[in-house]
Amino acid sequence: MFESVLLKNVDLPDGHLLRSYEAGGGYGALAKVLREHTPEEIVELVKQSNLRGRGGAGFPTGMKWSFVPKQTAKPKYLCCNADEGEPGTFKDRIIMERDPHQLIEGLAVSGYAIGAETAYVYIRGEYVTAIRRLEQAIAEARDAGYLGRGVLGSDLNFDVHIHCGAGAYICGEETAMLESLEGRRAQPRLKPPFPAVAGLYASPTVINNVETLACVPHIVARGADWFRGIGPDKSPGPKLYCVSGQVRRPGLYELPMGIALRELIEEHAGGPLPGRKVKAVIPGGVSAPVIPETGLDVGMDFESLAAVGSMLGSAGVIVVDDTTCMVKVATRIVEFFHHESCGKCTPCREGLNWAVKVLRRIEAGEGTAGDLEQLDMLCKGIFGNTFCALGDGAAMGLRAALKHFSDEFVAHIEEHRCPFHS
Amino acid sequence: MTMREEIEAAAARYPSRRSAIMPALLIAQKEHGHLPGPVLEEVADILGVERIWVYELATFYTLFHTEPVGLFHLQLCDNVSCMLCGAEALLGHLEATLGIGKGETTGDGLFTLSTVECLGACEMAPVMQVGDEYYGNLDAMRLEALLEGFRAMAVGRAASPEPASVRPRGE
Repeated sequence: MFESVLLKNVDLPDGHLLRSYEAGGGYGALAKVLREHTPEEIVELVKQSNLRGRGGAGFPTGMKWSFVPKQTAKPKYLCCNADEGEPGTFKDRIIMERDPHQLIEGLAVSGYAIGAETAYVYIRGEYVTAIRRLEQAIAEARDAGYLGRGVLGSDLNFDVHIHCGAGAYICGEETAMLESLEGRRAQPRLKPPFPAVAGLYASPTVINNVETLACVPHIVARGADWFRGIGPDKSPGPKLYCVSGQVRRPGLYELPMGIALRELIEEHAGGPLPGRKVKAVIPGGVSAPVIPETGLDVGMDFESLAAVGSMLGSAGVIVVDDTTCMVKVATRIVEFFHHESCGKCTPCREGLNWAVKVLRRIEAGEGTAGDLEQLDMLCKGIFGNTFCALGDGAAMGLRAALKHFSDEFVAHIEEHRCPFHS
Repeated sequence: MTMREEIEAAAARYPSRRSAIMPALLIAQKEHGHLPGPVLEEVADILGVERIWVYELATFYTLFHTEPVGLFHLQLCDNVSCMLCGAEALLGHLEATLGIGKGETTGDGLFTLSTVECLGACEMAPVMQVGDEYYGNLDAMRLEALLEGFRAMAVGRAASPEPASVRPRGE
């Protein structure tokens, strides 16, 4: 049985308190780092572990850290991306609500590695319980000497502040997050310069996801070889999978990177609801292109999913069964991106509005013969032509639905009704 | 602490006072219930920033309300996971029961009904946020019980209804 590491404390009734975290060896990694390692050694250790970011893009974490200039007069910042807004995803919320000290220790070790004295946790405003728990945990950590001036009697000065978002999915895009943190509308910035060179307040900034940072203390405590020994070579480590939708046991599962999607759904999440069959699965939040049931033997890792035209993304696995209309699912996904488009660039702002209108028409049984061609044309106009990945996510999702479930789109148009509703 | 003191404490966390606009708006909204023009201007004055900067943020982010909302703001998630688990029917149920549509407030000022994009609690779909709490694993019966609970709260006869138990590991 796979040993749970990231979720070890989440079922403890007081897992969010310092005493629980310390009882399980918590903050031991921070003490070890300050006692035995230079910042450069920690960056090297994380590089050796081949930890890849758990926020969506999967960029190698140690490499990202190494881009921060060593000689700079400017302060360096660490930002934690806790703006978990990808539909189907809830892993970071559970870490912050139930084991917030794991994140704080990860922040402190990472801050030491990159030379930052200040970290901001950008957390979505809807997560009221997580915000409250994290605030309590930060106060506990300050009182215990894990944060503040002279952390654990060392030369390290490091503190963490919470910055609450206010309901905008685009804040999960790292440069939009920086804009938001600086007090502006969250619209993405042109890259380069990349945040590691000129990020928050034009200073060198590292942005990591909650789950990524939570992995760091475990890599310090158990070593890079342990981490690299779990799952595939190119995407190693324990992974949190969020399972939701039409499935018997929705929930958060910690399993090795690379586990088969079918095994995750059928063995761990209990399979489809009684009397139903799995029809399709969205494997990584709604940005990740849908996979039909015949493709479920794919491994849940960055490379394997990319090879079948999808992506791991946030590992938000949404299960769709055979009672559900895929035109409706596709419409809802594109509606989401349309609603959340920040409005900065035309292909996304206008293209998604147009796509939503066509999709709603098809779903209502009022589609015309040219609509599928028009949707294809819209996807081409949006994909690759937008300022950030939001438009790409919408276009990829829609393209996959059109490819794998074209029969359902055609049926809507030919029968002038939704075949799933009488 | 007064609102001004809370905003000043928030501003101390950043090297730039502009960064404190969002925290300040959240503080002001908690104080006033919503963010009408004079409140936005007060926030700008406390922080010493351009008023347009404050207006820009208050109208961009969906958690800021420039118009009043009811005592209980029912924010039903209808994104994909909740949709697959019946959110659409629940919305219809709420509209019929409360006699209002999306974005509207009941005549007694008790309930505002909204649909929202993903609440990040898909493991307990369908889910609704009311105030600081998430209520998950909803069905029509549980919705009815929640509405009753909120009505009782409004007249001071009950505490907040019990939020849904979180099922983080599929239990």
